[in-house]
Amino acid sequence: MFELEGIFSAVGDFLASFLGAPLLQIVSIIAVAGVVIGFLMVLALFLVWWERKLSADFQVRIGPMRTGPHGVLQTIADALKLLQKEDIVPLTADKKVFFWAPVICFVTCFLAYICMPFGKGLIVRDLNIGILYIVAITTFTVISLLMAGWASNNKYSLLGGMRSAAQIISYEVPLSLSLLGAVMLAQSLSMVTIVQGQGGSFLHWYIWRQPLGFLLYVTAATAEVNRTPFDIPEAEQELVAGYNIEYSGMKFAMFFLAEFINMFTVCAIAATLFLGGWNPPFEFLSFIPSWVWFLGKSLFLVFILMWFRWTYPRLRVDQLMAFAWKFLLPLAFLNIIVTGFLIYLFE
Amino acid sequence: MFDLAFYILAVLILGSALMVVTLRNIFHCALFLVLCMFSIAGIYILLEAEFIAAVQVLIYVGAVTILMIFAVMLTHQLTGKTIRQVNDQPIAALFIISSLLVLTLLALSKTTWEVASSSGVSPSATELGRALMTVYVLPFEVVSVVLLVALVGAIVISRGD
Repeated sequence: MFELEGIFSAVGDFLASFLGAPLLQIVSIIAVAGVVIGFLMVLALFLVWWERKLSADFQVRIGPMRTGPHGVLQTIADALKLLQKEDIVPLTADKKVFFWAPVICFVTCFLAYICMPFGKGLIVRDLNIGILYIVAITTFTVISLLMAGWASNNKYSLLGGMRSAAQIISYEVPLSLSLLGAVMLAQSLSMVTIVQGQGGSFLHWYIWRQPLGFLLYVTAATAEVNRTPFDIPEAEQELVAGYNIEYSGMKFAMFFLAEFINMFTVCAIAATLFLGGWNPPFEFLSFIPSWVWFLGKSLFLVFILMWFRWTYPRLRVDQLMAFAWKFLLPLAFLNIIVTGFLIYLFE
Repeated sequence: MFDLAFYILAVLILGSALMVVTLRNIFHCALFLVLCMFSIAGIYILLEAEFIAAVQVLIYVGAVTILMIFAVMLTHQLTGKTIRQVNDQPIAALFIISSLLVLTLLALSKTTWEVASSSGVSPSATELGRALMTVYVLPFEVVSVVLLVALVGAIVISRGD
């Protein structure tokens, strides 16, 4: 009864009652984009606060407490502070590229949500290439990081940008290959079909048939969003901050929020492909709205990534590359071969 | 709507392609190449070939141009410097390119283009995969071997000894 699908279609019908067809299309596109972007911005602010509180818990501190109850409004205060700051551009920077890097990073991190099934019937557009589109569009992050690192004209940011790009390209290969197992089981690239293939009880979730695929994906995804133990691109002790070292104020805020939205994106993909998406674990729990399940599963995975970050030390660069190419990649190929063999055997 | 989208994409493709060959900063050239490749993916979307469009972005934006940017950044003498985009043979180049253009235009105008039947081949990922694994399996494997040879060759050259 709390399904959002009905509310959105009711709003759509209401708008259609007094708007003409071409105007309705434009209005609905803007409205949907506004809802999705607004939701993700609030989510990113929440994730920043959550990360700070969790890190405090892991280090036996209490974290931000002053702004709002348990400091929930702290990120909003920080964001407002960042927006008011003077926009500093280094004298030797490549001004145009320096400007466009955070814009591209920020815009493309929302594009993946065009075909993300938030709940039953709650998807902007069900593309029939779904997951492939998400994998393709997220490659723009690499370009924005390289642009930021290069345009700053600073050796630390250049090194940070290079490291990010090298890491993301390397881990993208096992990442994409680990998703293929779930795609083979669902026989479709569409996100909606993949979720529907996991309906019923939690025993139908693809994690049980793709345990190796799930582990490979979570590992590669952690590297993909530059988080510990794979956070060499911004290793504070050696690089100060990595690619975004010269950025301040609003441009820094854009990189920072994009990072948290990207973290939620990879977790939402994992929840959709391996943990049944918006399907409840048991049939009798289906009175809880589907979007709650989707959010719960995604946030649980986000929690695991944060847990990694405050528990594990960082890998070295050579270990990092060897791990991707000599360990993850062969396992990902093995996973595909075994999955294909088993599908052929049982169907 | 279709025409408008096509003309916007065409302007983007041609404009960014022009930037790639005229700008003097090679890093900027590489970035415009990204824009060019991405706009070409837009043309594929217009033609309802979503799979090809996604693969275009994945390979040309995600891999090829990033590799180029990498090479630019790793090459010490190139970073931040401007380079000449013209060599000493502009007249010969102009002659060859214009004759090539004339030949292409001739071929384009002489050919009678067959319009596909209404249904045509469905360009979905399933159909493509089936075709690659059955009818076109030999060319597919040959391409894979060629790529593998290129990879091995690159490693042999970079090892040096």
